[in-house]
Amino acid sequence: MTPLLDAAGIWKSFHGQAVLHGVDLTVYPGQCLVLLGPSGSGKSTLLRCLNLLEPVSSGSIIFEGAEIADTPRKQIARVRQRIGMVFQNFELFAHMSALDNIALAPIRVKNVPPARAREQARALLDRVHLPEKADSFPDELSGGQQQRVAIARALAMEPSLMLFDEPTSALDPEMVGEVLAVMQELAETGMTSIVVTHEIGFARRAADEVVFMDAGVVAHRASTAQFFSDQVPERVGRFLNHMMA
Amino acid sequence: MAPAGGEFRVLSLFKPTLLLDYLFSSAFAFAALNTLWISLASLAVGGVVGLILAVGQEAPSRIIRRAVLAYLWLFRGTPVLLQLVFAFNVLPAFGVVLPGYACAVLALGLNEGAYMAEIMRSGIRAVGRGQRVAARALGLEEAQIMRWIVLPQALRIIIPPIGNQFIGMLKLSALVSVIGVQELLLTADQTAAANFRYFETLSAAGLYYLALTTLFMAGQTLLEKHLARRPGRRAVALPAGSIVR
Repeated sequence: MTPLLDAAGIWKSFHGQAVLHGVDLTVYPGQCLVLLGPSGSGKSTLLRCLNLLEPVSSGSIIFEGAEIADTPRKQIARVRQRIGMVFQNFELFAHMSALDNIALAPIRVKNVPPARAREQARALLDRVHLPEKADSFPDELSGGQQQRVAIARALAMEPSLMLFDEPTSALDPEMVGEVLAVMQELAETGMTSIVVTHEIGFARRAADEVVFMDAGVVAHRASTAQFFSDQVPERVGRFLNHMMA
Repeated sequence: MAPAGGEFRVLSLFKPTLLLDYLFSSAFAFAALNTLWISLASLAVGGVVGLILAVGQEAPSRIIRRAVLAYLWLFRGTPVLLQLVFAFNVLPAFGVVLPGYACAVLALGLNEGAYMAEIMRSGIRAVGRGQRVAARALGLEEAQIMRWIVLPQALRIIIPPIGNQFIGMLKLSALVSVIGVQELLLTADQTAAANFRYFETLSAAGLYYLALTTLFMAGQTLLEKHLARRPGRRAVALPAGSIVR
């Protein structure tokens, strides 16, 4: 099977300080990949490199069979249409209802007729279990609800890959579950996703593979069952013990 | 008891009936209308110029940013009265002969733009970076992000300071009397020149200014209350269902 995304030798420096030291990452269609690792290990930076929010310093990113790492600035937006992203702080557009948040990009970017885009937006709200919140504004929604709308917004562009950047880190504990449940449903319906998270439980339940990053490199990669078995490198074991303590 | 002569002098100094005559004279009403529309037109020109400058200051091109700085330097570093007289007296030498009204709106508007730019820029800056990143991740182009995400939110932030600018503009417009535009101050001046009734004519003009500024301050207060009352609904942004072209 050809990978959906194949990143090789990704280097990224900020002001001469290397954050990613040659990261390799392969994702196959339908996979849910969870990225674990201590903060500062470069997980979020890697995600932002993958959808070109950050230009890589060097390396190759093959996405849907084409090299995207060197995409000219004018064509970057086209690549991003194919890759959805969910942020730690939701970043719903504050001046728009939930429905308009979801329908905006299809209308403006893909020229979907507004009536149809709204219809699709309603279907997506159903999918994230918020059918009654179509007309609510972001500041009228709880954090968990906002994040679910944000997931629907990303899905509205019908991306082939979803990136989740610590989607539950800014949430009150009682809201984490509803967001993870939606993400798990997505993974189960075959959505390819890369998830940066500290939720070990989610990794166990939903991930096909777990990638452990440390100090800007992929330190360990294994199937979920193997990753959580006893045969893991010492550094990973320490991290997991720490997370579950 | 005051001597008879003193009493006579006070009476001759101020005649209330004359003030009323001026207040309800067509000349003063016409002048007040001129003051109003010159202020509105100058503010509109200033708004457009300010928006262009504010967006230009955020532009990636250094040449554009420098050009904006040069504009600000020029228009903020010289008196608006000089700019007004310059437009009226120097432009004709270059073949640009404009009527007084047009000179007034041009000079006040271009000057206002230099100040409006700062207000608009602060509004644009106040829209969180994350909002743009989220829009970028959806595949929107930079111009679309400005149009659909940043400006609608910035507009709401800048409405109160723009109200202040308008009140300032009403008063600033008195300057255009020096280039012979028939607004309130010039009308008062010319009326008094015929009969030396400066007290009554200037009071009449002053009352018109007070009426106009009071009206707009009240309107501004109402608008701000309206905005504060509905924090969820960004009143100036897209109401639900309005992103249709």
